[in-house]
Amino acid sequence: MTLTSLTTAARGRLGDSVARPDGIPKTQGSFSFSGDLSADGFLWGATLRSPHPYARIVRVDASAAWAIDGVECVITASDVPGKSTYGLISSDQPVFADEFARFEGEPIAAVAADHPETCRRALAAIVVEYEVLPPLTEPERCIDGSHPPIHPDGNVLRHQRIIRGDQSIVGPVTVEGTYELGMQDQAFLGLEAALALPDPGGEGIELFIATQWLHEDRKQIAACLDLPEDKVRLTLGGVGGAFGAREDISLQVHCCLLALRTGRPVRMAYSRQESFLGHVHRHPGKIWMRHHADAAGRLLRVEARFVLDGGAYASTSSAVLVNAITHTQGPYKCENATVDGWVVRTNNLPCGAMRGFGVVQACFAHEAQMDKLAAAVGVDVVDIRLLNAMQTGDRLITGQIIESVAPVARAIRETAALPLPDEPVGGHDSDPLRLPGGAGLTADRRHIRRGIGWGVSIKNLMYSEGFDDYSTARVRLADGIASVKFATSEVGQGFVTIAAQIARSVLGVDDVVLEPIDTTIGSAGSTSASRQTWMSGGAVDGACRLVRERLFELVAAANDLDAVQLEIDGTDVIDPRGTLRISVAQATAGVTLEETFEHHHRATEDLDENGQGNCHTAFAFVAQRAVVDVDPELGLVKVIQIATAQDVGRALNPMSVVGQIEGGIAQGLGLAVMEEIVQTDGHTRNASFTDYLLPTFLDMPDVVISLIEEPDPMAPMGAKGVGEPPCIAATPAIVAAIRDALGKDIVRVPVRPGDICLG
Amino acid sequence: MSTTSVTVPYTLADALRALADAPHATVLAGGTDLMVELNSGQRSPTDVIIIINRIGELCSWQYNPGLGTLHLGAGITYSEIEQSPLAGWVPALAQAARTVGSPQIRHAATIGGNLGTCSPAGDGLPVLSALEAQVHLASLTGERTLSFADFMVGPKRTARQPGELITGVTVPVFTGWQGYSKVGVRNAMVIAVASASLVVDRAQRNVRLALGSVGPVILRCSEAESLIAAEADFESGRCSPAAAALFAELARAAARPIDDHRSTAEYRRHAVGVLALRLLRRAFPNE
Amino acid sequence: MSNQFYRLHVNGVLHEVRDAWVGESLLFVLRERLGLTGSKGACEQGECGSCSVLVDGELLCSCLVLAAGAVGQSVVTIEGVAPLGVPNDVQQAFVDCGAVQCGFCTPGLIMAVHALLDHSQSPSEMEIREELSGNICRCTGYGRIIEAVQSVAVARRVNSENASPA
Repeated sequence: MTLTSLTTAARGRLGDSVARPDGIPKTQGSFSFSGDLSADGFLWGATLRSPHPYARIVRVDASAAWAIDGVECVITASDVPGKSTYGLISSDQPVFADEFARFEGEPIAAVAADHPETCRRALAAIVVEYEVLPPLTEPERCIDGSHPPIHPDGNVLRHQRIIRGDQSIVGPVTVEGTYELGMQDQAFLGLEAALALPDPGGEGIELFIATQWLHEDRKQIAACLDLPEDKVRLTLGGVGGAFGAREDISLQVHCCLLALRTGRPVRMAYSRQESFLGHVHRHPGKIWMRHHADAAGRLLRVEARFVLDGGAYASTSSAVLVNAITHTQGPYKCENATVDGWVVRTNNLPCGAMRGFGVVQACFAHEAQMDKLAAAVGVDVVDIRLLNAMQTGDRLITGQIIESVAPVARAIRETAALPLPDEPVGGHDSDPLRLPGGAGLTADRRHIRRGIGWGVSIKNLMYSEGFDDYSTARVRLADGIASVKFATSEVGQGFVTIAAQIARSVLGVDDVVLEPIDTTIGSAGSTSASRQTWMSGGAVDGACRLVRERLFELVAAANDLDAVQLEIDGTDVIDPRGTLRISVAQATAGVTLEETFEHHHRATEDLDENGQGNCHTAFAFVAQRAVVDVDPELGLVKVIQIATAQDVGRALNPMSVVGQIEGGIAQGLGLAVMEEIVQTDGHTRNASFTDYLLPTFLDMPDVVISLIEEPDPMAPMGAKGVGEPPCIAATPAIVAAIRDALGKDIVRVPVRPGDICLG
Repeated sequence: MSTTSVTVPYTLADALRALADAPHATVLAGGTDLMVELNSGQRSPTDVIIIINRIGELCSWQYNPGLGTLHLGAGITYSEIEQSPLAGWVPALAQAARTVGSPQIRHAATIGGNLGTCSPAGDGLPVLSALEAQVHLASLTGERTLSFADFMVGPKRTARQPGELITGVTVPVFTGWQGYSKVGVRNAMVIAVASASLVVDRAQRNVRLALGSVGPVILRCSEAESLIAAEADFESGRCSPAAAALFAELARAAARPIDDHRSTAEYRRHAVGVLALRLLRRAFPNE
Repeated sequence: MSNQFYRLHVNGVLHEVRDAWVGESLLFVLRERLGLTGSKGACEQGECGSCSVLVDGELLCSCLVLAAGAVGQSVVTIEGVAPLGVPNDVQQAFVDCGAVQCGFCTPGLIMAVHALLDHSQSPSEMEIREELSGNICRCTGYGRIIEAVQSVAVARRVNSENASPA
């Protein structure tokens, strides 16, 4: 890595690589994840799931389960007191399947018992009579209407076009292709888990949960439990990663309902297999694109048809589709577009948010297209991108002007300037671990070919299409100590770290206390869409500024000064033109200053029927270059290096930013060469870590990073979100490198060995 | 719940007695296969669980220079096999050991367990097949020895009878090249989609080629082996390109792969051909 | 031996485990019966390393150890490598180098790093990668973890050189 010796800094302010405040407990095993929480007298909860991807549920007989010693409760659809369905955009997903099971793994019932083994036996004893139906697994049948609806809301979750500019443009240079992406899983390590504590009398409930959005969970849970929201109290249990999979609720209502029914605390925890079935995934997709360019390679028009498979329930499919199609052109200037986008409902696993949210799919396609375009006009793959690189002031194909800082050309150039690996194939010491196949000893150096490939991306930040997204924070300053309260889900990304850095920087304190993350304060929105630094950071920053204003007023009044003259210097309040210097601690001795702030971003618009509208909030950009070694005869691959320059606005914590970049690259690498949920006729074949393969230490390459810090004036502290772009660009870069090594077209991810060496 | 008991014998005799009392007992060594099944609820423990990873006799090895053989106790772990001195006597098995799971798995996984599970994808098994390992079984009533080919009778099916314990294997220590290759989509913790072991018996001027993950059992390629015995020059390490290509083709022809969620029959057949050729070239580097 | 109770030696303390179901893994017993929730379960198949502990000095996945079968063995968990609130050099390095994000893999990784550095004082980068290849991290991409391990190895070497008589 070229960023040398990132060390934790003394002062802990913005711009420092500060260590995370929960780091030591995490290294000692004393940090509590939601699955580590327990309560006296608790019961274990477990879920019965449909073995069929599509079936009518004829009857459910739980009597044998009730009879088992140690079983305290069995619940089904008829036991849901309130709303029987839930969902993030449309409430189309049943708490328990009632008339139909629509995906393999859909919850049918739940039990509470004294031991997980008792639960297992109880689930096995529940008799469910199914009328098995042939599953709908082919997205085109949803589009052509040839399959009856598998849900009252129909089989098309959303259809959206983008029509802009001159529709008649053809060529002179034309390149096209059809690209496919398999279903990726977020595979966070911290399995779904919760602890529900019912209030005596069952009039309310407390839930400790690992989730991405406490308030959205609460809203849905309360509706299903038929309880007022203020009786449903959520506290964030430690979250072991999210990556989009915790945006939809999974075990929340089941766990609460079991607790309310039994009057006892209930713990639920998913196994890994259950986790694969129990949360949404990245939409598999088939994307056709055709790019029209002039003889020099400048884009004239882009055509595309997106078909995303949303699986059985809607989740956030509608928004994923819009994200995907509005990013069709990539970070390139293009005035004219003809795009048709579909996301459909099938009996495959439900899909929803995963890091990248639709842009992963678009980027894989458009980057493959740009390489084809380069070849067609006889230009280098870097030059074709520089030629077309977007700038601030250019428009998306939705008509929206890119007002964000947009250093696309700079990102490409800085990436190109990062040194290529100096080690040859197999390394200087010819270590088999450095070859594709590794310790499997499948190849010698001479069997390997090296390729280089590029992936460049634009990614929208925050939410879109008119949603009034906001985040709330409360800051209290007393006796020189700042306390910060927010409901922002910390899922590992490090918001808790920068929240303290913001408070230190704005208020001039060293000591910051972070209060529990729960629903006793207003919503912080979701930890997703690379939005929390901007939105929750903006909320903490806004609250701190209000507190600082009050502090200055206080000091000014006491010293016969004007508040506007005052500044923070280190840990003091000073009048830079005078002699006043008083420590913040002294100034706030015996005083409590408290302010709450809601940060909203500027308004966005819906898209019209032609996909025109200012639907996004802001944008970030990234370029990546991948060096990959390939064994063309066996089709095995080893990624040697990823070089990247990323538009981050301002690195509030460089070490955290590097962590997000490297982690995102790992997930992009996974999608490129190894990660796929394999479904056949709606049955999942590989719901385990044995066969759903995540990148290991031996799969990750060296990463060299250049951070582009052009502070964005629209962003609260100039800082853009950084989590998604690295994940998006890595996949096309790696696949492009494989194509370069082989001289062969690869149109699908994950790339399988047979795709490389057969046919 | 049930009245399951756990027995931890410290001697082989005690273990055999316990097994004689409960011939269908769950026998547990490293747990790397069994515990996965227990944890997922795929298997329930039987009334008796016999832990056998504390038995000193099963964890020892003996090298017999006179016979040129190495006896490995069933309890020897793959991390021990990865290291010297065992690695020096059976380098192909050490290579296979390095690809087993992860360091954590290798510290627990035993050669006896690998044999007991007998998956066609078991990493050590193609090597044992190529070495024509002798598998030793014992029960309270006696002992017997089977060749590996007679021991593995189907996918995850062995000739072990209830009441019998795998006590170890004996393998020859050859002069001559030997090696193992395994194809997996990831560089660690991966089940082989195709694997192969090539062992050269210089003294007898023959080779053994065993294929994994491409049939219901580990497959030996007798036609391919005969070809090399006839065509290759063991002294000079020379084998013609034509013979090498035919060797690969015969390996492909011997494979009986299936399609599954990990890979396709087409790819597997292709892959063992490539592995066979590359292993041969390592054994006979000269054209 | 019946399933009524058995004793486990964990972090230097002998614990009685009563009324347990015999099919429970060591991971389950550590977490649910002994209150040692530091070891984590992310797959229960030995495919992620989050549950890694030392048993008689060997790094194992505790999800693959039958708890009742660990009688007579010495188990060390994450809670046993350093006193609470007093991180050791490996733990501190993880935090200082940004090697911790969500933290779910961290205890298992810390155990694996201890095992690695016990056997190899100056591991190369490839050795580090191979010895830790049984531990999956989904957040960090591994780069900061490798740096943390290397920094500990260097610091320990410097300390031992300084400690040796001239």
